[in-house]
Amino acid sequence: MFELNAQSIAFILFALFSLGGALGVVTTRNLIHATLYLILSLFGAAGFFVLLSAPFMAAVQVLVYIGAIAILIVFAVMLTRSMTRLSDIYNSQWLLSAIVAGLLFVLLLVGVILPVWGVNGTQAGREVSSIVTTTVDLGKALVDQNQYVLPFEVASLLLTAAMIGAIVVARDDKE
Amino acid sequence: MVPLWMFLAVAAGVFCIGAYGVLSRRNAVAILMGVELMLNAVNINLIAFWRYVEPLNMAGQAFAAFVFVIAAAEAAVGLAIIISVYRSRRSVIVEDVDMLKW
Repeated sequence: MFELNAQSIAFILFALFSLGGALGVVTTRNLIHATLYLILSLFGAAGFFVLLSAPFMAAVQVLVYIGAIAILIVFAVMLTRSMTRLSDIYNSQWLLSAIVAGLLFVLLLVGVILPVWGVNGTQAGREVSSIVTTTVDLGKALVDQNQYVLPFEVASLLLTAAMIGAIVVARDDKE
Repeated sequence: MVPLWMFLAVAAGVFCIGAYGVLSRRNAVAILMGVELMLNAVNINLIAFWRYVEPLNMAGQAFAAFVFVIAAAEAAVGLAIIISVYRSRRSVIVEDVDMLKW
């Protein structure tokens, strides 16, 4: 079932990046370190996209998530430095949150993922097709009038509105 | 090929770690980082399902592309709000922003 070829080694490496980066984000006190761990986790996800034959998604992940959102978070961390460094990083309900998150993960794994797509699941015998659509097909689908041109245009409107809103909200109006 | 449930398990793990970060951190920027982790996990799930279940239909990749767009817009507006709150309250600890409490 799980043979040790280059693809599975790459999967294990990217899974370590994703999960290790995510754990680093929620446990470190220094927020710049947390942002660097977030970049590591996002890079692991970009590796997953390459393994899943979606190279355009991998490139967009690196350019947009790492290159724009993570850099924006670094800016926000530097602009909102707190004066005291001795405050706790967790609030009073951290133990309950940890229990809830752990229960959610176990529930997802045992209740949803393994019964349906696991080794003995109901969809276990499904063949994985080796014919995939390419970036050209994604580009055509995003501007095809019968497919996704309307969400595409609405998404660009959303980005314009978000940009204007962010500028207006963060503007310093002392002058 | 790596079986599908391993991709789904990693995505579920990242999602639950992000949920723990959102629920338990005090700093607003750290909460936003947890939200970005959760959206990232959703994207991994979408692309994994696209590849393994229906690779000829572009719906999976288009959905993931729109999740990217919404995550970027939400991160920009959320960070603008955090900066504005910091400017008026000098603190980004979410427990200190309690002016609407009765």
